[in-house]
Amino acid sequence: MSTSFKPATQPNTSSLAHEPLLRVEDLKAYFFMDEGTVRAVDGVSFDVLPGKVVGIVGESGCGKSVTMKAILQILEPSARIVSGKVTLRSRLNSQDPNSPEELVELTRLHPNSRKIRKIRGSEIALIPQEPMAAFSPVYTVGSHIIETILLHQDVSKEEARKIAIDVFRSVGISMPEQRIDAYSWELSGGLRQRAIIAMALSCNPRLLIADEPTTAIDVTTQAQILKLLRKLQQERQTSIIFITHDLGVIAQMADEVVVMYLGMVMEKGPVHQIFKQAKHPYTQALLRSIPSVQSTPRLKLPTIAGSIAHPFNRPTGCPFHPRCAHFMRGVCDANQPALTPVAEGQFVSCFLYSSETMAPVDVQTPAVASTENRQ
Amino acid sequence: MSDGMKDLEKQTSPASSRPLLEVRSLKKYFPIHKGMMRKVVNYVRAVDDVSFFVREGETLALVGESGCGKTTASRCILRALAPTSGEILFREADDRVTDLSALNRRGLRRFRSQMQMIFQDPFGSLNPRMTIFEIISEPLFVNGLHSRADRTDQVADLLKLVGLRPEYMQRYPHAFSGGQRQRIGIARALALHPRLVVADEPVSALDVSVQAQVLNLMLDLQEKLHLTYLFVAHDLSVVKHISDRVCVMYVGKVVEMAATQELFQAPRHPYTAALMMAVPVPDPDQRNIIQDLPGEVASPANPPSGCYFHPRCQFAKDVCRTETPQLREISPDHFVSCHRAEELQLAGIKENKEHSN
Repeated sequence: MSTSFKPATQPNTSSLAHEPLLRVEDLKAYFFMDEGTVRAVDGVSFDVLPGKVVGIVGESGCGKSVTMKAILQILEPSARIVSGKVTLRSRLNSQDPNSPEELVELTRLHPNSRKIRKIRGSEIALIPQEPMAAFSPVYTVGSHIIETILLHQDVSKEEARKIAIDVFRSVGISMPEQRIDAYSWELSGGLRQRAIIAMALSCNPRLLIADEPTTAIDVTTQAQILKLLRKLQQERQTSIIFITHDLGVIAQMADEVVVMYLGMVMEKGPVHQIFKQAKHPYTQALLRSIPSVQSTPRLKLPTIAGSIAHPFNRPTGCPFHPRCAHFMRGVCDANQPALTPVAEGQFVSCFLYSSETMAPVDVQTPAVASTENRQ
Repeated sequence: MSDGMKDLEKQTSPASSRPLLEVRSLKKYFPIHKGMMRKVVNYVRAVDDVSFFVREGETLALVGESGCGKTTASRCILRALAPTSGEILFREADDRVTDLSALNRRGLRRFRSQMQMIFQDPFGSLNPRMTIFEIISEPLFVNGLHSRADRTDQVADLLKLVGLRPEYMQRYPHAFSGGQRQRIGIARALALHPRLVVADEPVSALDVSVQAQVLNLMLDLQEKLHLTYLFVAHDLSVVKHISDRVCVMYVGKVVEMAATQELFQAPRHPYTAALMMAVPVPDPDQRNIIQDLPGEVASPANPPSGCYFHPRCQFAKDVCRTETPQLREISPDHFVSCHRAEELQLAGIKENKEHSN
């Protein structure tokens, strides 16, 4: 069950703080359906370091949510992990901060096994997208949280209730003693999202997976929730995988960014590199095409031509090539580019940067010019 | 209503910028029933004394968080809902001004073709059993164009106008992506050459890379066809991008209305300023910009006293708790409803030169 970590990519692997908490290697998860196979996640690799926020950004159908579900082994029945490794540094006793650790290969565990069920909630917790759907309307929010605590911790029901009230208070819910006995439909959107976060934090997980946690709520509430998540993350040194399609949220929250498109990683690297020195044509075009509150009104935005391919009709080669401004016939449509390092910690999967072709610096300038000409 | 509105004709002398639509003290209350006799116990004041105007050929954005009444207001204007009270003045091409709020079904018929809507959900707003031709040509047929050949020609022109190939006419909506469907919805809205197009969150259901395409198309069409847009949205970045003027709503009331650039750079209402500070900026160097507004949006069924925003406002004084502020013009074309608008120094959003192309 236990595997060892290869000393890879990160230069400082000596101390434990630089040892990834979670490592996803070449993960592939496909949906097998009557109409055909959908390669929803097709070779995704990334590391989550302790206390860091990894932002996974991509548009609909890019496989960001399926990646998360594959990590937790909560895929739909029609989907299966085809290959790849997900290695978690798991504490033997999740309630003890100095607990010895073991390496667990999550993809090898049966989805119903005792081991993965123990990991879900206590080691890796999930903040789901829909705060309304995540709570059952016939139970109080408190009973959900108490159930989680009783499942993972050796405490009595009264103690569990106390812990739940404390967690409620820590996520900024006023009057936690009363609110804990409320039903989810009695709470406002912001409070419901806070209650979800409280439930996720109740067993002190070291990794939080937040799947579009602020998509369904208003901007002012979103700002409150983002601020809360950042505060909790700094206080508890929790790692977060933050899944979103909103580049603004990514820029505000993430340390590392993984840009996905049709099940594949297009580019990954430190947040500053991605936003200031994006190398992949998709990342560059995406950043340029988003309207910003800081831009001048009524100017035409540079756009990305075409639309996202249907999953049954995936392009050959690089999945982005039909929409790419730098499409090279016979290269991009023939083979899938591999992730290539272009800078410290930054990787790009694009033939423009593969070692045989020209140096990345030369490509940067025409890349910007040609996309702007198209507006 | 404020004097500013009455003087509107005076200040905006050029004929091109006459108001096409003016809404005065619009109210829409939804009753809350209780008990077996369905007694009315209270009202949800979805739209509560709202006044604004839209000039010909411009884009006015109605902005606010969920429950602020922006969609209800737009539906009252289209007369999909009957307003509780207030006036909706619409100017026809021959300069006649009519109050839509007073008209019945029959009276409205003449105006229906002049006001069209683009819907939020491109999946729910197209009938899956109708072909694209049927969807776009239905308004033409209803309005007297019975020859199929003529309709085919017009649908082909409309499809070309929105950037789709006319050959797609016989396909069904399921064959199209979200962005393409939204283009079909736009083609249908434009079929009868409307003068006012109400777009209710037209890009919020689309992917980021497709949003820009649809926004650009809407800007193009406005230039080409001299359309007037009432753009209902919650996303401030999209609003900044598309609109000439912005009208910010909070719990059924207009809090501020001004030209886009002025509103973003120098907001005068604390709520507008807070709303803008809450938008996450896509720049990792400007991280501390996220400032949160405490508390929750007030309930329109049970709004606070005085200014509806006072429980969340850091500048609230006694007068804010007792007196409801009126919308007034504090500088030309800049309307605010805040007791302290003149004295407050509020931070806006700096314009990013890098982004302004």
